[in-house]
Formats: sequence, structure tokens, C-alpha cells
Amino acid sequence: MKPPSVDEGLRSELSKQGIFTVGLEELYNWSRRSSVWPLNFGLACCAIEMIAASMSRFDIARFGAEVFRPSPRQADLMIVAGTVTKKMAPQVVRLYNQMPEPKYVIAMGACAISGGPFKQGYNVLKGIDRYVPVDVHIPGCPPRPEALLHALMTLQRKIDGQRLTGPQRARHLQEDTPSEFPVPGFGPHDLVPSQNEEVWQHPVITREAP
Amino acid sequence: MSEQLQEPDLVPPHPPGWTEEKVADGFSVPATPSEQPGFQISQRAEVRPGLEGEYLEVAIGPHHPSTHGVFRMDAVLDGERVMKLKPVFGYLHRNHEKIAEMTTYLGSMPYTDRLDYFCSLTNNWAYALTVEKLAGLQVPERAEYIRVITAELTRLLNHVCLIGFLTHDMGALGTPLMYAFREREKILDLFESLTGARMMCNYMRFGGCRVELPSGWLEAVRLLVDGFPRFLDEFDNLLSTNEIILARTQGVGILSAAKAINSSVTGPMLRASGVNYDIRKVDHYGIYDRFSFRVPLGDHGDVYDRYMIRVLEMRESLEILKQALRDIPGGPIIDPKAKLRNFKPKVGEAYGRIESPKGELGFYIISDGSANPYRYRVRPPSMINLTILEDMCLGHTVADTVVILGAVDIVMGEVDR
Amino acid sequence: METLEQIKVRAEAAISGVRLELLANGSVATQSSMLVDPTHAIALATFLRDDPELRLDYASNVTGVDWPDAVTKEKVKIKRVIEGVEKEVEETIERTRPGYLEAVYHLYSMELKHGPLVLRQRTENRTDRVHVASLTPIYRGAEFQEREAYDLYGIQFDGHPDLRRILMWDEFKDYPMRKDYVEPDDYEYEPTPHDEVLEKAQRHYPEGGQP
Repeated sequence: MKPPSVDEGLRSELSKQGIFTVGLEELYNWSRRSSVWPLNFGLACCAIEMIAASMSRFDIARFGAEVFRPSPRQADLMIVAGTVTKKMAPQVVRLYNQMPEPKYVIAMGACAISGGPFKQGYNVLKGIDRYVPVDVHIPGCPPRPEALLHALMTLQRKIDGQRLTGPQRARHLQEDTPSEFPVPGFGPHDLVPSQNEEVWQHPVITREAP
Repeated sequence: MSEQLQEPDLVPPHPPGWTEEKVADGFSVPATPSEQPGFQISQRAEVRPGLEGEYLEVAIGPHHPSTHGVFRMDAVLDGERVMKLKPVFGYLHRNHEKIAEMTTYLGSMPYTDRLDYFCSLTNNWAYALTVEKLAGLQVPERAEYIRVITAELTRLLNHVCLIGFLTHDMGALGTPLMYAFREREKILDLFESLTGARMMCNYMRFGGCRVELPSGWLEAVRLLVDGFPRFLDEFDNLLSTNEIILARTQGVGILSAAKAINSSVTGPMLRASGVNYDIRKVDHYGIYDRFSFRVPLGDHGDVYDRYMIRVLEMRESLEILKQALRDIPGGPIIDPKAKLRNFKPKVGEAYGRIESPKGELGFYIISDGSANPYRYRVRPPSMINLTILEDMCLGHTVADTVVILGAVDIVMGEVDR
Repeated sequence: METLEQIKVRAEAAISGVRLELLANGSVATQSSMLVDPTHAIALATFLRDDPELRLDYASNVTGVDWPDAVTKEKVKIKRVIEGVEKEVEETIERTRPGYLEAVYHLYSMELKHGPLVLRQRTENRTDRVHVASLTPIYRGAEFQEREAYDLYGIQFDGHPDLRRILMWDEFKDYPMRKDYVEPDDYEYEPTPHDEVLEKAQRHYPEGGQP
């Protein structure tokens, strides 16, 4: 939902006089979404499609996102591309904690959404959204680079719709956002805890009786 | 760099010294670096243990700017020099072997795509070969030719992207990689029109291939093969005599032949150390004995040799492709007697291996007569080539370590399975 | 390469006290294997590597296999005395073969370009006596693969320079590739479960059967 901006009639009158008007929210969101800097974070096969998306045929640079930052302190977006295993999960959460707000997560590929084809594995985390809030999910195994670009555009639309004031304001402007998400530890059989209750609330499915 | 043209049995494992020889297509490779006009390699400083100070223990990874996936090296450093280095992996351990015990034989075929996710078609072939060995299936001629064509295209893909990633790690951030990916996209278009997917092809079946070639596919491959040498010459011209690459790769990460054999190293890394062992020539699997191609060998076993071997192997792959495209017959593409549903091979075991672009990829399957394998094991070339990483990196700087790791050519999907 | 029987004869002559056994392979691939006892494994490996006709200097694949206790039923005809009359009766005899873990080595020769020779070592049981000899001092390439067999199966390799977990994290307690491993239960949310996944997810559904 786009935030309220200047009345269209007033705007067209002023632009005829050579005056350009824009709301503060619109300007803030436009500048943020046109230069989303991803974190250089590829885990598995989806990482290759992510690299292909940044190469000359599928060119992610058109969207302002070709600067893949090696350091999480300088990145806005974490594209979790590939299977997150239980051994790697604490590192993923630590990296997420090190990113400064406002930060976004795209879960790329079936493995990052829910464990994917490796769901029956003992070492596979069944979805990164057990520990970290995810903004956009991309299905596919691996998703085509065009799907990643579509996801980036979806994220940009989401950023455009974020408010600066009011109860619906963006997460990074709310006071009670946790500054750090708890990092899971290694237990003798599984990660401890196996999911983060505040982040992971799965939807309740009501199925009709057959 | 000298190049061997003979059959494997006649060549001793240690070729003669460093000589300059013109390669068949007229491109000459420079000889020792000291003969380059106006260029000197600086002396590497000796380690001086008498200096005061402490050793620094640092973990390089699992998240790092080099593009090799989630791999960690626990290094003990004296300043910039590596004193001890232990590789740590398992961050992508996806339990492929356990899942294969719960799945049917055919159901494991898509999982083999995800092992070495760069070269999915060669993984498929290795698995199909092993199961055909286990069950005694015959593969028709046309399917064998298609397998060879797709495998050599995959080898081209892999080697060109490896050179791109190696130069990316050395600091040429992305430019050779862009050229490499441009060619990779052309080959992925071919795979997509053949199998339906760019990367996870899932194309081989036990006894042949899944689907017939679309019309016009062979012409498209021919066009690609005709245009590739021009790209390879351009790539080679820009990179192989580049003084930064020469300075950073010659003399770095030297691996002797005896150590390489003892550490079970295979693939281009082994041949760069001078050992003439290419499974396509040793095992004669598929129909490789019908093609005449050479096996390039290195003299010094350093990173420059590994880089150059891959360039030369790409040229040999183009030769094989030309011959295969010329000779491919018609016919069925899958053994008519092969059963795809309810496939239950007899009790027993088999070990099948192929020369994948990374090394020797082997599958060891024990069958107990049911529809699922009893034991399914992947012999990963990338993990076993890492055994010797510590020995190669001792005494070098951290920057050299990244280059050496790049030349080992690892893919984490295969290391961890 | 000479046949396994010839190699067995020469090895038994060269190494005193070694016990070798040849195991046939039922499949079409016919790669039979040689079983060696762990006390003489290093001597045999040295012989195989240094013998001028074999020169098996390349350990291609090192892996572990789990064979749990197997119960075989066999129908036999036995003569029994029933009601004073001797009759031939068919009875089923149950034999329990105790379980063991196995380390399998595939050895090739890079110098002479032949192979493979499949070598096996077995542990005594699956619980406490799980030691075999490590061939890492002979074949350096077995180092990571033996660590993986230790990590996933629990086979202890005596003589390995650095035996610790390689694929799982260090605090992990189980041996995941064994046949009796129970995986952790994180199937709470499954949107479209079926077959085995449905069984695992149903444990989390409240009484009444629906999620």
C-alpha cells in the first residue's frame, strides 16, 4: 500500500511551473529500494544462479543491486541461496545480527524456504524462517535468475509500501524490535532451540472434510 | 610447458623438463618466468622463527568473499605466513547418502545433479554407469555418443568458469568471470533445450538417456563448437601471459607427483603434477577409446600448471566434440530391455567411476535385492583433493592460500554431499 | 592384474600370521573382495603398495558400511521321534549373525594402471569393540575418508593421526548413517505431507487428526 503523498492535481500544477514535489516517505523509500546492496552469501546451487543473475545476461545491476558486499556490516539484503544446514544455521543468524537495520531477507530456492528436496535429512534445517524473519520467498530448485529478479522487484514494491510513522511503521523504526535474534547452539542431537518461537509462526491450515 | 602426445602405456610418469613447444593451433606458451623479458619474480622471504611475537589463529570462512561456498580453514599464521592449516567442512552436509537409502534407484538421480552442481550431467553419467555395472545393462550407441557430447560440453563449462573464479579470487573482480559466464549461458541454453532445465538436468537413465535430441540441436552444438576456439584464444591471450597471473601463480602451491598419488589426488590437479592418469584413457568407459585426444601434463605442479592444464583440456574437449558430432549414429537412446519402474537389481555391489571435470567421481552401491540401495556412497573428488591442501599452503601467505584453494577446484555440494 | 586367489597366496606367504578371506560378489560386476583382520591390515597394505607386480599405490575410495544383526530363517528336515515313530519333520531354524561395521577400501594402481582390489576390514560388533586399523600411514588419501567413516558410523581407526568429526559438529553424539539412527523430530509444520512425512507430521497434530 503506497503511503499518502502529494495530491495529484496540486502536483501536476506545480510541475507545470517547474517545481517538483515528493513526499518524504516516498523519497526515503525510493532511495532505499533503488540501491539495495546484497550480502555476498551463497550456500549451494542457488548461489550459482544468483551469480548468473549478476552476470551480463540477466544483469542485476539494472536494479541497483550489483554491489555484492562481502561484509555484513555494509549490506542491506541477505539472499539466503541454498540449503541451510544445522551446522551453518548459527552462522547465518550471526551474520543476520551483524547487518544494520533496515535489513531484508530473501529466501531463495526450495531449500531455504522449507528444507527442499533434502527435507528428510538429519542435518538440514527445514527453512531459514525458523530463526530469521523472511520477507520474500522464491520457489524453485534452482529458481531461474529471472525469478530472482522478480523477487527483487517484489521486495522493492514492499519497501515502497513501508510507512515511517504510525502503528504500521517499518520494523526498523519500532522501539521494541529485538536488536539481535538469538543464535542457536549445537546440542548433542539437534540445534538448541530447534526454532525461534517469536519468528516462526506457521499459518494454520483449515482443511475441508473430504 | 611440454605436452605429451603418446598413449598412456609408453610414457613414464615424470616428463622431461620445461621446454617451449608450439601447441598445435599455433599459440605458443611462454617458458620459464626468468626468460620473460624485463620481468623478475621477487624472492620469497624465509620464515624467521627468531622474531618475537605470537602466532595468530584465525578462521578463514565459512562465509568469505571467495566464491567457493561454505568452507572454513583454521589457519595458524606467523604474520602473513601460514604455519598450520586445517580445512573444516560439513556446512553443506545434506545427507545425500542417507536419503538415497530411503529412495529408489531412479529417485536418487535428481539428487546426483545437486552433488557437483556445476556439472550435473557428468554426475548423472557416473551414477548411471555404476547402476548399469551393477545390473548388467547395455547402452545403445546413440546414447553413448550423446553422453560423450554432454559430458564434454560440461567439461568446457566447468573449466572456463573455474578460470573465471580463479582470476576473481586473484583480484580481477568479475571481468574474466563475465566472459566465462557469457559462454556458460550459451551452453546452458543448449542444455535447457535438451533436458528442460538449465542446471539440474536429470537426463541420464539406467540404460541410456531420458529423451531424444530435439531437431536442430546438433547443429546448434556444431555452431558453438566452431565459435568456441575464437573465444578461447581471446581468453588465453588476455590471461596466460598476464604478468600478474604469472607472478601470483608460478611457484605457488607446488605438489610433487609422489605426494599427489599418495594423497589420492585425481583430475587436473594430478596431471599438473606430471602423473599421466586420465580415467577416460585408463578405464575406457563409454566409447572414449574411439576418440583420439591428448592428455596434457604439467611439469611443476604449481597453480600456473593447473590453470594451463584446464585451458589445454578445453581444447581437447573441443576435439572430442568435433569427432563425436561427426560420427553420431541413429538408433534408440535407451536399452529396450531396461526396466524403469520396479527396478530391483540383484544382490551384490559395484564401484563405477568416471573422469568428471573435477577429478575421479565414483559411486559405490551395495544392493540387497530391493528397490532401494542398501549402501550408496559417493566418492567425492573435491573432498579428497583437499587432503593435501595443508601441505601445499605451508610457508605461503594468506593471499596465496586463496589462490591455491581456487586452483584445487572445489564445489561444496560434492565435498559435503 | 593377477586374480585375487593368486594375490592371496602370495600375501599369505609374505606376511606371517595374516588371515585373508575372499568374499564373492553376486552381481554382474564381479568385483570380489578380500577380507583382512585388523592386526595385519597395515602389513598387507604395505605389501600391496610395494609389491612390484601390484604397485597398488592409490586408495580411491574408503568408506564404511553398517550391517546390523541379521536373523536368517532356514527350513531344514530333521528326523525327530514323535509318539514313538521316527519321522522326518520340517522345522525352521533361526540363525542370528551378529552385526558388525565394515570399512571398505578400493585400491588402484596409477603406475601400472590396473585395479581395483577391494579390501575389507570388519569390527567385532557394533557397540563397544569397534576398532580397526587405519591405513592412513600408508595411503594419505584415506585421512578424510576414515574421519568421515568415524563420524557417520562410529568406526574407530587406530593409528589415525587426527580422528575427529568431519561433517557433523563436534558436540554431536550419534552416528547418523547407522541403520538404527533416529533423526530429530522437527516435522511440526508440513503443508502437504504424504507417505513417511505424513506419519512423522501426524505425531504433532492434536487429537482429532487435523493440523
